[in-house]
Amino acid sequence: MIAELGQYALALAFALSILQVVLPSWGAARGDAVLMGTAAPIAFGLMGFVSFAFAALIQLYVTSDFTVLNVVENSHSQMPLIYKITSTWGNHEGSMLLWVFVLALFGALVAAFGGNLPDRLKAHVLAVQGLIGLAFLSFILFTSNPFLRLAPPPAEGRDLNPILQDPGLAIHPPLLYLGYVGLSVSFAFAIAALIEGRIDAAWARWVRPWTLAAWVFLTLGIAMGSYWAYYELGWGGWWFWDPVENASLMPWLAATALLHSAVVMEKRDALKVWTILLAILAFSLSLVGTFLVRSGVLTSVHAFATDPARGVFILGILTFFIAGGLTLFAFRASELKQGGLFAPVSREGALVLNNLFLTAATAAVLVGTLYPLALEALTGAKITVGPPYFNLAFGGLMLPLIFAIPFGPLLAWKRGDLLGVAQRLMLAAGLAVVAAVVTAAAVTGGPVLAPLAVGLAVFIMLGALTDIAERAGLGRVRAKVAVARLAGVPRSAYGTAIAHFGVGVCLLGIVCEASWSHEKIAAVKVGDQIVIGTRDLTLERMENRTGPNYRSRTAVFSIRHDGVSEGTIEASRRIFSSRQMATTEAGIRTFGFSQLYVSMAEETTDGHVSVRATFKPNVTLIWLGAVVMACGGLLSLMDRRLRIGVPKPARRREAAVPAE
Amino acid sequence: MTRKGRRLVLIAAGLGVLALAAGLILSALNDTIVFFRTPTEVAQQQVAPGSRLRLGGLVETGSVTKAGTLTTFSVTDGNAAVKVAYSGILPDLFREGQGVVAEGALLPDGTFRADSVLAKHDEKYMPREVADALKKQGVWKEGENGAPVPARATGAANTGS
Repeated sequence: MIAELGQYALALAFALSILQVVLPSWGAARGDAVLMGTAAPIAFGLMGFVSFAFAALIQLYVTSDFTVLNVVENSHSQMPLIYKITSTWGNHEGSMLLWVFVLALFGALVAAFGGNLPDRLKAHVLAVQGLIGLAFLSFILFTSNPFLRLAPPPAEGRDLNPILQDPGLAIHPPLLYLGYVGLSVSFAFAIAALIEGRIDAAWARWVRPWTLAAWVFLTLGIAMGSYWAYYELGWGGWWFWDPVENASLMPWLAATALLHSAVVMEKRDALKVWTILLAILAFSLSLVGTFLVRSGVLTSVHAFATDPARGVFILGILTFFIAGGLTLFAFRASELKQGGLFAPVSREGALVLNNLFLTAATAAVLVGTLYPLALEALTGAKITVGPPYFNLAFGGLMLPLIFAIPFGPLLAWKRGDLLGVAQRLMLAAGLAVVAAVVTAAAVTGGPVLAPLAVGLAVFIMLGALTDIAERAGLGRVRAKVAVARLAGVPRSAYGTAIAHFGVGVCLLGIVCEASWSHEKIAAVKVGDQIVIGTRDLTLERMENRTGPNYRSRTAVFSIRHDGVSEGTIEASRRIFSSRQMATTEAGIRTFGFSQLYVSMAEETTDGHVSVRATFKPNVTLIWLGAVVMACGGLLSLMDRRLRIGVPKPARRREAAVPAE
Repeated sequence: MTRKGRRLVLIAAGLGVLALAAGLILSALNDTIVFFRTPTEVAQQQVAPGSRLRLGGLVETGSVTKAGTLTTFSVTDGNAAVKVAYSGILPDLFREGQGVVAEGALLPDGTFRADSVLAKHDEKYMPREVADALKKQGVWKEGENGAPVPARATGAANTGS
């Protein structure tokens, strides 16, 4: 019964999405306020029906209703409740429903908090949102129905892929989808602006909070996914340049560029055409990501559910939105008026540079991801483009950009003084050199250039703080005045500084992990010792344990650091009988920002077990840096400036939008 | 500076970054791509020792030996087999008779020295290159565990791109 209700709800949502496309755009064409006004209620209705369908699917999973094919294939009655819920979206059909749910949520939010938007703009934005919803709802209904029944029902489900039986699944996909799909709002605004042929600074003010919110979610989602892969796959890597990872990185890069160019548009009324293009590209890359992941054209460590027959459908959706968006852009972009002038050396110039490098880096990732597919289609040769390519091409493009980060916020609008900025950064640069020298003296081994990279990271962090210090006049005015001024610095400036600081933190983590990790691989018996850096691990015992739906074999090591005991670390292998699969559960202990990482393989018959132990200095900074970046974004989102300039009524509610 | 001059500077900067990007991408692609080879291709084409490649096929039944952390096994596509040596921790689903992709280089004695080994990570999933290679040799079989992987469905998989 619930499954049928869920399917009816989806069908009704499908019908509503058609109305959401037709009625508002018809109203906008005729200038009919009543028709345009239907957009918001329809968006709420759509949200209601999709939520109902999503809740219905969750309910089916929670009650382990094995008359439903999707539940049978991905669930098991013995699983803990949390995994029963999360396995709702741990499969193709369910994750597409989550996608549409997030889309409907954003549509409803735009409808709810867009009360101060001009009627026509709001109608067009919601119509475009409706069109995207229509496309994906038909995809679900026609190719990926999660509510299909199975007769006769089996007694037990096939279980969720054990790799996915992890709290990470509860957080990572929803966050990532909030980011991916959040970009659809910027896309809808861009298309609406093109349809109307009119765009101004107010437009940028409406778009920026949505982009920023999507960016914050995407940042957290990617970081979460990276940490999940790090601890779950047992390889100890935090980024594999896997196509699926690239699929999330590309929209992030484009969204980062969009955020920065929207600033220029909002403040200086320049870069309009470019901003519109970026908004289209950012969401297009989200769609490309969805296509790559969901179509099965790629072999990937993440591709746990692939069905190429569906690929054609998504490819159709993808082509329609990207080609449609770009065609509209080609025809209408020239009608948008050019905005303010600026000198090459200026805040605008710096932001343009940022955009150039970010889009070039996006292109490098795109080429690396798609080149193997293209080559195979054309010549049949099977190749892999691996980490060396991305490190060289992507790293080479990001380094100059990262070096330029501290300069940007210090440059004045319109016409900047590069020399003056360089002087103000002298202190940060000096301390960075000191950090590099100290690092070089303190470490042994590792690449020669690594201490320089540490210096660069420190330069970015201190450079970010310099901006705030300069604004408050620290060192130039009395301390009391400076502190008082600090309170007056706008939140968006703090947001910028914190986000940039986060980039430095992240870079520091990456450099330390890549340069000075110690790794030991050894076959050990109980009582054997592994020496790793200044620590040694002793295999104390092997244990058998049982979990709710698995058995595990656990190796317990004691850790001694320079002879002092630091407790134990446990690595284990879990064997899931329902799927005949094993997973590696790495043992991780955190010391300061560094981590000790131990994973084990199957035991041999003579009682030896292969163990890989790695000490990863400052590795947690990689993810902490991303969290700091997201905090910066969040703070910027709370800036008063993003709320004003829009007329009265919903001003306070407008402010609340992004926090959702 | 005039409006035109400013625009020229912008365009020049854009072209500069574009050229840098294109240069980096092309040179990186040139140096770093790794070709996928089947054991038959390795046997026929006389792949030069030392050049990096990915080798895919099935782990030959009965060929796995372990000595400490060093594992040796043979990768076969039903026609030819290549000996692989790997030091480290094998993936959870590495098993005899299962699909595997090893990345590394051939040693002069014809052994393949792998520095990473990927196995499928789900009983339904076979690395796509391996499935293709096996079909080429005509030894593609139905998925085990009663998993619904008929050869035809997988055939469709390869036209999907």
